[in-house]
Amino acid sequence: MVLSIAEIHRSKGGRRAFWWLLFLLPLLPLVWIVHKAVSQDLGADPAQTIVTFLGLWTLRYLLITLSVTPCRRLFGWLWMQRYRRMYGLYTLFYASLHLLAFATFILGWRPELIARELSERPYIIVGFIAWSGLVALGITSTRGWVKRLGRHWQQLHYLVYPISILAMIHFAWLIRAGYGQVMFYALILLVLLGYRVGYRVKRRQRVLQQH
Amino acid sequence: SQLRAAKVGAPIAGESLTPYGHVIGHNNFYEFGLGKEDPKAKAQGLNTDPWKVEISGEVAKPGTYTLEDLLKPHALEERVYRLRCVEAWSMVIPWIGFSLADLIKRFEPTGNAKYVEFTTLHDPSQMPGQRSFFSTLDWPYVEGLRMDEAMHPLTILAVGVYGDALPPQNGAPLRLVVPWKYGFKSIKSIVRIRFTEQMPEVTWNQTAPREYGFYANVNPEVDHPRWSQATERRLPSSLFSPNIIDTRKFNGYADQVAHLYSGMDLRKWF
Repeated sequence: MVLSIAEIHRSKGGRRAFWWLLFLLPLLPLVWIVHKAVSQDLGADPAQTIVTFLGLWTLRYLLITLSVTPCRRLFGWLWMQRYRRMYGLYTLFYASLHLLAFATFILGWRPELIARELSERPYIIVGFIAWSGLVALGITSTRGWVKRLGRHWQQLHYLVYPISILAMIHFAWLIRAGYGQVMFYALILLVLLGYRVGYRVKRRQRVLQQH
Repeated sequence: SQLRAAKVGAPIAGESLTPYGHVIGHNNFYEFGLGKEDPKAKAQGLNTDPWKVEISGEVAKPGTYTLEDLLKPHALEERVYRLRCVEAWSMVIPWIGFSLADLIKRFEPTGNAKYVEFTTLHDPSQMPGQRSFFSTLDWPYVEGLRMDEAMHPLTILAVGVYGDALPPQNGAPLRLVVPWKYGFKSIKSIVRIRFTEQMPEVTWNQTAPREYGFYANVNPEVDHPRWSQATERRLPSSLFSPNIIDTRKFNGYADQVAHLYSGMDLRKWF
């Protein structure tokens, strides 16, 4: 590349342009699915297609968010840190659309169905808990909350790890046959979480050696 | 020829047909992939001519028959049936076929024939889903009926849909249609019909016995362990009116078939 991303971030204009690029890019899947829906090009079962599509993109943004720290440490991509909150919020955004689409297009907002899904279906319950966790992280993602919570902020935001595991369980429990796709995403999550475990173990060893 | 001569079937009052494009474009046929659009995309090369069907087990006249020989004595007729998928979507489809009972009688089942077992073609070279490493299903796909279910006048073998021959993704050239059971019972692309004394080991039941029973009768009162069966989305559903309707017991065919299960606990025999 002629101009590296790190170099782009040295100028204010570059930073601004890149921010807009990374802000608008994640909206493309939404634009695409809305376009398909409006042009009635989602096949016989648009409800299922939309819900599945939004769920899959939620998972992808979650994995992107979780890859910021490993990429920063391993490849020195410091600039990624600036966008971690944005992609965390996009995860919440797509998760909320996914839930909204499920309630609207699959359940038709029928109270008896909603009550049953939320009380009896393990995969729905797990998904709902994961979404609730994301809401808590989203609300406390502002500068004000970071200050207010102090060191507890980081502890609270470690919740993203159990949330990601719940999201993966939610995904896996939906499968009727064929685990290829789930395995693919589970493997990525495993690498991202495994990296953190490894990092911690190493750091602890270093600290112990120093004493 | 035989298809063109088929007697037109009565529509279902108040329920319109699912458009042809959706009937042939939204399928579960895992031999061709897991996505709903995979069968249409990947099944077009399926070679259905010549086609042979083996009749075996507890019958007086076992043998391997060509499709032509199998069909010849039967007058085809159209049947408009609801199809309720276990995944909680449904369609209304005009099949063309003939009574399975008429076919069964020709081969003279013995007194030991208590069940009928059907088998789908197993040919990984034509069916990419059978080559998949991650599939949890064992091939070939097997389904079965109790003898009285197989002999029921609603049960048909279909060779066509919407006035035409079955496209491969819908189970060409010969498939079962049992309208009061979840769609996976209506096995596609049949190459073997075997009469047995024991209940056949059927694919979904073997894969996940807690989730799929042998009977698999449509029943809003017995949920799939992971989702409700109380309602269904009648396809095509549109987003602004999702077309969610209440699922009916035996898929609306209770008057004709409920007696087959009198005295049976349908929660146990789901």
